[in-house]
Amino acid sequence: MEAAEGVSAPTPTEEMNGAGTLMDFLDEPFPDVGTYEDFHTIDWLREKSRDTDRHRKITSKSRESLWELIKSLLDAWSGWVVMLLIGLLSGTLAGVIDLAVDWMTDLKEGVCLSAFWYSHEQCCWTSNQTTFADRDKCPQWQKWAELMTGHTEGAGAYLLNYFLYILWALLFSFLAVTLVRVFAPYACGSGIPEIKTILSGFIIRGYLGKWTLLIKTVTLVLAVSSGLSLGKEGPLVHVACCCGNLFCSLFSKYSKNEGKRREVLSAAAAAGVSVAFGAPIGGVLFSLEEVSYYFPLKTLWRSFFAALVAAFTLRSINPFGNSRLVLFYVEYHTPWYMAELVPFILLGVFGGLWGALFIRANIAWCRRRKTTQLGKYPVLEVIVVTAITAVLAYPNPYTRRSTSELISELFNDCGALESSQLCDYINNPNMSRPVDDIPDRPAGPGVYNAMWQLALALIFKIVITIFTFGIKIPSGLFIPSMAVGAIAGRIVGIAVEQMAYHHHDWIIFKNWCRPGADCVTPGLYAMVGAAACLGGVTRMTVSLVVIMFELTGGLEYIVPLMAAAVTSKWVADAFGKEGIYESHIQLNGYPYLDVRDEFTHRTLATDVMRPRRNDPPLAVLTQDSTTVEDVETLIKDTDYNGFPVVVSRESERLIGFVQRRDLTLAIKNARQKQDGVVSSSVVYFTEDAPQLPASNPQPLKLRRILNLSPFTVTDHTPMETVVDIFRKLGLRQCLVTRSGRLLGIITKKDVLRHMAQMMNQDPESIMFN
Amino acid sequence: MKLLFCVEGLCLVCFVLLSQVSAKNSEDIRCKCICPPYREVEGHIYKQNVSLKDCNCLHVVEPMPVAGKDVEAYCLRCECKFEERSSGTIKVTIIIYLSILGLLLLYMVYLTLLEPMLKRRLFGHSQLIQSEDDVVGDQQPFANAHNVLSRSHSRPNMLNKVEHAQQRWRRQVQEQRKSVFDRHVVLS
Repeated sequence: MEAAEGVSAPTPTEEMNGAGTLMDFLDEPFPDVGTYEDFHTIDWLREKSRDTDRHRKITSKSRESLWELIKSLLDAWSGWVVMLLIGLLSGTLAGVIDLAVDWMTDLKEGVCLSAFWYSHEQCCWTSNQTTFADRDKCPQWQKWAELMTGHTEGAGAYLLNYFLYILWALLFSFLAVTLVRVFAPYACGSGIPEIKTILSGFIIRGYLGKWTLLIKTVTLVLAVSSGLSLGKEGPLVHVACCCGNLFCSLFSKYSKNEGKRREVLSAAAAAGVSVAFGAPIGGVLFSLEEVSYYFPLKTLWRSFFAALVAAFTLRSINPFGNSRLVLFYVEYHTPWYMAELVPFILLGVFGGLWGALFIRANIAWCRRRKTTQLGKYPVLEVIVVTAITAVLAYPNPYTRRSTSELISELFNDCGALESSQLCDYINNPNMSRPVDDIPDRPAGPGVYNAMWQLALALIFKIVITIFTFGIKIPSGLFIPSMAVGAIAGRIVGIAVEQMAYHHHDWIIFKNWCRPGADCVTPGLYAMVGAAACLGGVTRMTVSLVVIMFELTGGLEYIVPLMAAAVTSKWVADAFGKEGIYESHIQLNGYPYLDVRDEFTHRTLATDVMRPRRNDPPLAVLTQDSTTVEDVETLIKDTDYNGFPVVVSRESERLIGFVQRRDLTLAIKNARQKQDGVVSSSVVYFTEDAPQLPASNPQPLKLRRILNLSPFTVTDHTPMETVVDIFRKLGLRQCLVTRSGRLLGIITKKDVLRHMAQMMNQDPESIMFN
Repeated sequence: MKLLFCVEGLCLVCFVLLSQVSAKNSEDIRCKCICPPYREVEGHIYKQNVSLKDCNCLHVVEPMPVAGKDVEAYCLRCECKFEERSSGTIKVTIIIYLSILGLLLLYMVYLTLLEPMLKRRLFGHSQLIQSEDDVVGDQQPFANAHNVLSRSHSRPNMLNKVEHAQQRWRRQVQEQRKSVFDRHVVLS
C-alpha cells in the first residue's frame, strides 16, 4: 500500500488510503501507553474499561477455535492460579521466617552443640532431664559463658552472657539496617500504610519488587531476632503483597492492568495476615476492613482461597512443633462471668489511651525524624535503639525473651508445669484435681515478684515501642501493642483473682465466686488487654475480634473481646480520629482518600476547581488546530498530568481528556517511526483527519489515546458529591463544566488538599499527584 | 532476577518434599508428659518416642513413681502433649537462610568496598573513557567503573545484558535510597 502511495498522484482516494495507513499504524499499540509514572495515581475507571475490552476480545475470539477457547479458559482460571501460588509462597516464607527467628533469637543466648541449627527447645527435644529444676539444662545446649569459660553460675558468667546478648543484638540490627540501605530501602518499616495507599490506586515503583521481597524476608528475621520491640506481622503483609506482585507478572491479565493487579494484592494482604496470626478468616476481614480500597465479592472469595492455602502451607511446615500456626495459641475454655465485664471494659479504656498516646508520640517522633537532623543518621539510630533495648531488656526475664514467647506465657493459664514465677501460687498439698480445673489460689512470693517485673516491662515496652516503630528496618506494630496489652491485662487479671480469693464475701464476688472454685482466668484478661491495645492503635474492630477468636479457637470469649475492642475504639477516637496507619499516610502526604472520613462542608465544585480566579486560563488542546510543536511546548511548560481537549478555544465545548504520559509517548513514537510528522504537523483528535493539500505536513492522528468519556460535573455540584464520586469510582480527575462549556478541572490532589484545608490542616502536606 | 526466581522455586520444592518425607523420621515425634509434684514425689517431665495414640500418662511415665493405687490420681494431674517436628526442614531452612544471608553480605561487601577500589585503579590509566562517560552524567559512584569494565573487556552480548540490567537496578536502588534516607519523602 505504501508503495502504491509513493508512485501515484495525490488524489482524494489516495489520501483516504493515507489516512488508512495512519490508522493502521496507530492500531499497533506502542509500548508503555496506558501505564503510569512513579508516584502517580491510577484512574480506576480507565483500568476497569480496559479490562472489559480485553475480556470482550477474548470472549469473541474463543468462539473461533478450540485453542482460543482453551486460552480463554486459562485466562479465566489465572486468578485462582495466582492465588494458589501466592498462598504457597507466602506460607513458605512465613514458615522460613518463623523457623529462622526461633533459631536466631536463641543464638543470642547460646548454641546447640550437637547441631548448630537447632534452637534451645529443638536442641533439648529428646534430652532426659526429668526434674523441674533441670528442665532447661540439657548438655547439648550451652550458653555462651559456659562454652567460653566453663562456668554456668556467678557474676562473671552473667556479665559475659549479658555482654554477648547485647553484641549479638547489635550485630543483627546492624546487618539488617545495612542490608536494607544497600539493597532495598523500600523494605524498611511496616509497609501497611504504603500498601493501603498502593491499594487505593497509587504507584510506588519497586515497592513490591523482587529485591524488596528478598531483603524484607531476610532482614525481618534479623530485626525480630535482635530483640527489638517489633513484630513480624505487618511486614509479613508486605511480604505477601510482594509475592502477589511477583506472580502478577506471570499473567498479562494482571501485569498490564493496575486495577486488576490491586485485586490480587488485596487478596495477598489477606494471605499475609492469615499466616501471621494463623487466622485465615481474620486475614480476609483484615484485608476488607483495614487495607483494601476496592474489594468486590470476587476478591473476597479469592482472598479466602489464598488465605486458606497460605495457612495450610504454614501448617504443613509446622514451625512451632505444636501443630498451630502461632506461638501464642491458647487452649483454655473456662467460663467468664458477667461482672468481669467491668475489668474488661477498663482494659478497653486502657487500650484506647495507649493507642492515642502511642499515635501522638510516635507521629511526633517520626515528624522529628523527617524534618530534623535526626533523619540523617538512620544507621546510628537503629544501633542506639538496639543498644538501649538490649541493655534494658536483659535484666528483666519478661523482656529478655522474644515478645511472642512473652505473649504466649501471659495468655496461657498456669498449667501443671509451674515454670514461671507468674504461676508461683501457694498450693494446697491435698489437692488432687485434674490440671485444667485448679481452683483460685493465694499468690505466692513469686507472683508478687513477677508483678513488679511485669510493671517495669510494661513501662519499658510502652516507651521503647514509640521510638522503635519507624526506624529503618522492617518493623511491625502488632506484637509490641499486644504485649503491652497482655502485660496490663495479666496484672489486672491477677489483681482481680486475688481480690476474689481474699474477699469472696464481697457482694460482687458472692454470686459467682465460691471458695474453692476456679472463677478468674488471668490469661483471659491478658488476651482481652492485648485485643484492646491492638484495637486502640489500629482502630480495627471486626477483624481484630475475629483474629483473637481464631487464636483461641473458642466462641466463649467473643463478648469480652468485643466489649474491649469497642471501648478502646471509642476512647481512642475521642483523642484523634485516625489510626496509626492513617496517621503515617498523612505524615508522608500520600494521596489517600479515606472511604471512612465524612465530608460535611457546604462547598461547591467551583470553589475547588483549577484554575482559580486569578490564575492563568486552563491549559487545553483543541481538536484540530494544535500543532505538534504547540503540544510539545505545552508539555514542556506545564507539569499537568493531563489536558482536556475542546472543539475550539472560542466555544470551549469538551470532547475528551488526554493523559500527559500518553501524549508524550505518542508524539515521541510518531516522530521516530512515522514519516512526515514534523513540528508544524497538526494534531487531530477528530474521527477523520480532513483532506489536506500535499504541501502541508502529514497530520498526526491521536484519537486513539483520547479518553472520550471523561467524568464531568457542573460547577454547582456540592463537594460532598464530588468527594463521593472520587472515592467510589476511584477517579483521578474530574472536569467541571457550565452549560456545556469547560470551566476547570478537579484532581484527586485538589480534593485531598481541600479536605485537609477544611479540617484545618496544612494543604501543602499532600505531596503527590 | 531469574536467579532469584530459581532460588524461590527451589525453596518451595524443598519444603513440599521435606514436609512429606521428614515427618517419618522417628526421632521427630515425642510425647511430653509434665507431672506436677504429688505428695512426696517431685515434679517430673517425661519424654517418650511414642505414637499419638499411645501418648498418655500410662504409657509414657516410666518408671511410675507412685504405688499401684495412686497411679490413677497421679496420672490425672499429668499433662501429656504429643509434639511433632521435622528436623530436616529446620536444618535445610537454617542452612538456606544462612547461605542467602552470606551471599547478600558478600555482594554488599563487593559493591561497597571492592568496586570503588577497582574503579580507582582503572581510572588511574583510562582518563579518556572517563571523560566520555561524563556525558552520561551518571550520579552513581560505581556505575562508571562498570562501563569501563564492560567496554575494556568487550564481553559477549549476554553478559552485557546482565551488566545493563544490574546497572538499571542500581540506579533504581539509588533513587529509592535518596527518597527514603535522604529526602525522607516516603516511608518515614
